[in-house]
Amino acid sequence: MLINTIQIDDTFAEAFNMRATRVIITAQNLKWAYHAANAMTGFATSVIGCGVEAGIERELSTTETPDGRPGVSILMFAMGSKVLMQQLENRMGQCILTCPTAAAFAGIDSEDRINLGKNLRFFGDGYQTSKLFSGKRYWRIPVMDGEFLCEETTGMVRAIGGGNFLILATSQPAALAAAEAAIEAMKKIPNVIMPFPGGVVRSGSKVGSKYKTMFASTNDAFCPTLKGASKTELSADIESVMEIVIDGLGFDDIAESMRVGIAAICELGAASGVKRISAGNYGGKLGPHHFKLHDIMSKTAA
Amino acid sequence: MTTLTFSLKKHLDFAVNCAALTPNNLAEKTLAEIAGILLVYGKQHIRLDAVFDVAQDNVSDNASDSAIDNTPDVIVKHSSDKLDYLGAHLTAGRMDIEGDAGAFLGFNLKQGEIHCHGNSLAFAACNMLGGLLHIHGNTGDFLGGASAGLRKGMRGGTVLVTGDAGDRAGDQMRRGLILIEGNAGDYCASRMIAGTIGVLGHVGRYAGYNMKRGTLLLTQTPQLHATIQDCGMHTLPFLSLMYQSFAQFDTKFTALTSQRVQRFVGDAACNGNGEILLIAA
Repeated sequence: MLINTIQIDDTFAEAFNMRATRVIITAQNLKWAYHAANAMTGFATSVIGCGVEAGIERELSTTETPDGRPGVSILMFAMGSKVLMQQLENRMGQCILTCPTAAAFAGIDSEDRINLGKNLRFFGDGYQTSKLFSGKRYWRIPVMDGEFLCEETTGMVRAIGGGNFLILATSQPAALAAAEAAIEAMKKIPNVIMPFPGGVVRSGSKVGSKYKTMFASTNDAFCPTLKGASKTELSADIESVMEIVIDGLGFDDIAESMRVGIAAICELGAASGVKRISAGNYGGKLGPHHFKLHDIMSKTAA
Repeated sequence: MTTLTFSLKKHLDFAVNCAALTPNNLAEKTLAEIAGILLVYGKQHIRLDAVFDVAQDNVSDNASDSAIDNTPDVIVKHSSDKLDYLGAHLTAGRMDIEGDAGAFLGFNLKQGEIHCHGNSLAFAACNMLGGLLHIHGNTGDFLGGASAGLRKGMRGGTVLVTGDAGDRAGDQMRRGLILIEGNAGDYCASRMIAGTIGVLGHVGRYAGYNMKRGTLLLTQTPQLHATIQDCGMHTLPFLSLMYQSFAQFDTKFTALTSQRVQRFVGDAACNGNGEILLIAA
């Protein structure tokens, strides 16, 4: 498939089942909401080393937040509910409780509930108070800047992690510029995050390694400096590859995010230096969710 | 929806226990069975139809033979303050009381709505667990309190009072919301364990007496006793959530917007952590 001279490989991204939650962070202004949210979603690029994958989903206006203050919504993904609960409590305690004027609320409704402020309340040392409004319990914890307000629980839902696509370009600046264009477009899609720095990852991995202790290692087939040394997937004119990884609450959310991201790159055309769009998979044997690039992009073509 | 109307037809010298008039007690009964319900009147039992005229909407010729198939709405007309326990143990449906109500209005109310379009005597919303009780007039002492011997009063639901409340409103209240648009008497929120009480008018002396937890929201400066301690002026963001929760009710409290309050904490006499929030003008 060719879109605006850029080749879309006939391949698919392979993704996995995850558990996810959404938290709404509000503060006196957006600046402090972002400080809290950036801290909470820091060091959360991959479940491999961080426990969770997290990111800022979008900004929220004062009419969209429970307390009428500006805020942002955060999505957090983990391989299991236990890890998700533990990571959420740790990050709430160290990043939101500590951030001036910040408050936290449930951002998703479901039968499965996980603790948001339920245990955090004990920081109040007996001075904490709870309030029940419209069936939801909130905790007010006295802190030095006033009160920290936090909903008791938030919802936990089944989700998908690991949607991805690869940008193959003639230079590193070209690949990065195309990735940035894609991320800008993908940020507008709800229910997804791109957890890596700036939404982009340069160190895509393959399963396994020559070293026994490593269960993942560099994806040598897509490393441009190894074109002559390993079984490469790259043509002679490709000098740089960037990957965008997407976690989302549903299959359609991720597919739509991939579609607008790839479409944004294709709009740049041949002058961008992008030659191909591909995707990472494990032969289809590990992940139950397959995002086929041709199927996804045929919607744009249509 | 079936509506049953009970019209009081005689002057009452003594109180009548009207717990049997609660909608969930009347479901699946025929009009004849309802008319034959025995009510406690003073020291004696009398038939319901000796006190009330009973009517059912959409009545047919054989209405007295057919059972009411669901929980009916109930209207009590010409009601008086001799009618105790109106709406007691209500679990579903709606009661409208057109006139005054006696003591223990909405006793142990679990779900559903009671609207009293007059005044009520003491112990309204006693032991209440859920639902809505709206008193459009004044109410007596121990609003939302506990019945004798119990250590916890109201444990859920919402009480709206358009007029004034007597002494000890919210005594031993454990959970729920009481909003009083008029004045409240002495010892408001006494021995309060949790929940929220709002008063737009004046409160009497000893507000928050032996208060352990919970919130008393005021708009007029109270005369507080020595063991309620001033914690200063603060902006509390949680108040926006509280005000939003008022929006579902027909009350003047929906006009509140200020998150700026003077916070008092107590009662220190019982090591309490309750709060009295005085909304800044």
